[in-house]
Amino acid sequence: MPTLTIRVNERMHTISAAPETPLLYVLSNELELQGPRYGCGLAQCGSCSVLVNGVETRSCVTPVSAVAGKSVTTLEGLPAWYAAQKKLAGAPELHPVQQAMIDEQAVQCGYCFNGMIIKSAELLSKNPRPSEAQIRSAMNGHLCRCGTYPRVIKAIQRAASRMAAEAAQ
Amino acid sequence: MKRVRRRDFLKAGGALVVGFHLRSVLEGQERGGTAGPPDPKQVDTWLAIHADNTATVYIGFAELGQGNSTSLLQIAADELDLGMSQIKTVRLDTNVTPNQGGTYSSASIQRGGPQLRTASAEARQALLRMASKKLEAPVERLSVAQGVVSLKDDPKRSVTYGELVGGKLFQVAFTGSAPVKTPADYKVVGTRVPRNDIPDKVAGRYLYMQHVRVPGMLHGRVVRPRGQRAYGAGARIMEVDESSIRSISGARVVRRADFLGVVAENEWDAVRAARQLKVTWDSTPTLSGNEALHEQMRAAKTMDRVVREAGDVNAVIGAAAHVTSQSCRGPYQAHAPFGPNCALADVKADSALVMCSTQDVYGTRNSVSRLLGLPAEKVRVQYYEGSGTYGHSCYDDVAQAAALLSRLAGKPVRLQFMRWDEHGWDNYGPAHVGEVRAAADASGKLMAYEYHGWQHNWAGVETSAQLTGIPAAEWPPAAVQGVSALNCGGMYAIPNVRLVSHQVPAKDYLKGAWLRSPLDLSFSFASEQAIDQLAYLAGLDPYEFRKRNITDARWLGVLDAAAQAARWTSGRAGTNRSDGKVATGRGIGVGTHLASYGAAVAEIEVNKETGHVRAKHLYGAIDAGQVVNPAFVENQISGQLVQTASRMFKEEVTFSTTNVTSVDWNSYPILRFEESPQVTAVVVQHLDQRSSGAGEEVMAAAAAAIANAFFDATGVRMSEYPFTPARVLSALKRA
Repeated sequence: MPTLTIRVNERMHTISAAPETPLLYVLSNELELQGPRYGCGLAQCGSCSVLVNGVETRSCVTPVSAVAGKSVTTLEGLPAWYAAQKKLAGAPELHPVQQAMIDEQAVQCGYCFNGMIIKSAELLSKNPRPSEAQIRSAMNGHLCRCGTYPRVIKAIQRAASRMAAEAAQ
Repeated sequence: MKRVRRRDFLKAGGALVVGFHLRSVLEGQERGGTAGPPDPKQVDTWLAIHADNTATVYIGFAELGQGNSTSLLQIAADELDLGMSQIKTVRLDTNVTPNQGGTYSSASIQRGGPQLRTASAEARQALLRMASKKLEAPVERLSVAQGVVSLKDDPKRSVTYGELVGGKLFQVAFTGSAPVKTPADYKVVGTRVPRNDIPDKVAGRYLYMQHVRVPGMLHGRVVRPRGQRAYGAGARIMEVDESSIRSISGARVVRRADFLGVVAENEWDAVRAARQLKVTWDSTPTLSGNEALHEQMRAAKTMDRVVREAGDVNAVIGAAAHVTSQSCRGPYQAHAPFGPNCALADVKADSALVMCSTQDVYGTRNSVSRLLGLPAEKVRVQYYEGSGTYGHSCYDDVAQAAALLSRLAGKPVRLQFMRWDEHGWDNYGPAHVGEVRAAADASGKLMAYEYHGWQHNWAGVETSAQLTGIPAAEWPPAAVQGVSALNCGGMYAIPNVRLVSHQVPAKDYLKGAWLRSPLDLSFSFASEQAIDQLAYLAGLDPYEFRKRNITDARWLGVLDAAAQAARWTSGRAGTNRSDGKVATGRGIGVGTHLASYGAAVAEIEVNKETGHVRAKHLYGAIDAGQVVNPAFVENQISGQLVQTASRMFKEEVTFSTTNVTSVDWNSYPILRFEESPQVTAVVVQHLDQRSSGAGEEVMAAAAAAIANAFFDATGVRMSEYPFTPARVLSALKRA
């Protein structure tokens, strides 16, 4: 099995996998990460989302070889990714949007929240004060079966306010 | 195969799980040395007090994302006088936790709550007796806070629970006779304690079933046709070409009769081998196709049962001032958990360990033990939360399949269903035909009501078992699979009633089982449209009409709560109808599942040119008696409202004459962010009433409210859901 090196959550990992192996299986089995998770294997649901160079990407259909030389961030690495973006001295325990999901008690089963959080972190990095319509549009490719959409929208708004307040300090 | 001594196996069973979070997995499971269920008549079965003055409560219910792993602890904390930070629970496990029955029918709080409260009261009583001895003071002079027992008149003299029994067994019988606290004394029950599972869930620390791994395991996949046939037909292999996966050296085929799978050390090898394996399946048509489904049901030879009969419907209906009849159809709908089911099984010659996301660990233990030919007590089942299941999704099927793969491969096997396995081989919520006739007098008083419902029973044998040669079988008849005396007019005072269930033979249809609020959406869709139509014919506001015909105070209370939340203003349906391209409408409805009370108001928008319907705002109220944590029930209501919108507007299992064709999120669309309504959730709290379940009780009402809002907007009654654009345009055209 060929070996290749990938950068995940700012650490280099040498793994042995067929180059066409979807990144998701490498993250789950070789790196034992619990953020990205299998949902459909078809890029339809957003369960497996990660950031690749800051862009939300479906790891279930991304060959592992395609991320060589790029930087992959999973749910676990999101607070450090946020700290680097905002040039904070240290990583907070949680990304503001993770904290907002707790504050809004937005979660039910929580299985889709990997994708919800990854996608909303990406959104807020590009658009710090999204309107409700912009949130709905950005999040539209992420499904939830428990029906948490209304609370996820509120949590993203809450995180945006908090990030704006922090930036103003 | 090497024989493993039972003790060694169980030791291995407990220590086997490595993967992630070994500590949290093993914590508190140390008592799993013997097969359960532990004796419910012992206090030690229900809880343990530790030396550090904390407690572990053993709960027999599954956390499914509804928060019961927190709310059941609230009950125990209250009765034990412990703080929430002093109390925790452990993994559901047939060798560890008591058998409280399955986590369905919204039972955790209504059935499990009183058991935990009584057990905790019994433990508290024993602790007070010990403290009385230790502090040399009668029990009446003692008070407890945060697990510290002290003298009421001399608080410096105190002893902790931990000091009294820490680490030791109570060895006290659970008699059920200890007095429990009254609502006036509750400190934790009724408050909005935050969920204890959410921080780990948002941080990526929560161990879902899909991430459980054990050393030496193989990855497995089942190989089945994409989409099931008629339940009775199962699937039949004509030919398997094993050479077709020769290029994947790590993968091999395992088979028993028509049960077919692949296993490999590398997960991707298993995935692509399952995809690449060439199999010829019997493709003889066994289904009607979804277009002809309801005609097939209506024409079927049925088993009929009169569910309720009062007065003489026929005599009254002809002479009544206002009469309506509605004929309505509901589709098959899928559980479609967001993450397909997953299980890990380690089957040895004389024992087995199965980890899965079942709603009922003891039920799964029984079915797996039968399939493997092992005594039930030789099978240990551990629960790991997967993604939301909303009823009987493929969790039993995947557990059985993993057990079969492990036995055939001779190693532990982790089986992750693919999206098409879950979507295509689900136990769908059964389709329904409902025909209702109802009548009211000139003053708007309901006089007669008749409901005929056609549906089939649930499947009693899982696909995996069936493919090994066990014939398909129906569940024993149960009341919840037939016409509901509650949702079919049961909330109204009607003198003449006739309810008839027509059961069609399950084996001729898709495999079915309970889907959140089973059949209730279909019942209410038909029934509450008929009631609404009578209000319209009588020239009355639909909310007012219902109030006139309901006498039960709790039905009235929940109806008022929903109407007030929506700021309902009086008016007959259709009063504000517009001729524009986009029409708006509002509707109201009542309904439940088994024992609670639900009411809803819907505000919707219908685009008459495109046929798109969208719920703008849904209001839902539940009276579930004593609500342990109102915040959790609000979240449940909110989820039920969104899921109901999804089921009413989008969801429909499609199938050809040969197999199911809705096998992913494109072919089985669900509601998305841009279509999501705003929601308002109202909890009608009755601390003095027994708790009665809140996981599914507002969906029927919400379905009815949506249908009635459609009429308000358009003047057209929909006879079939989901309200797809094509169906809406065709209904508007017919009108």
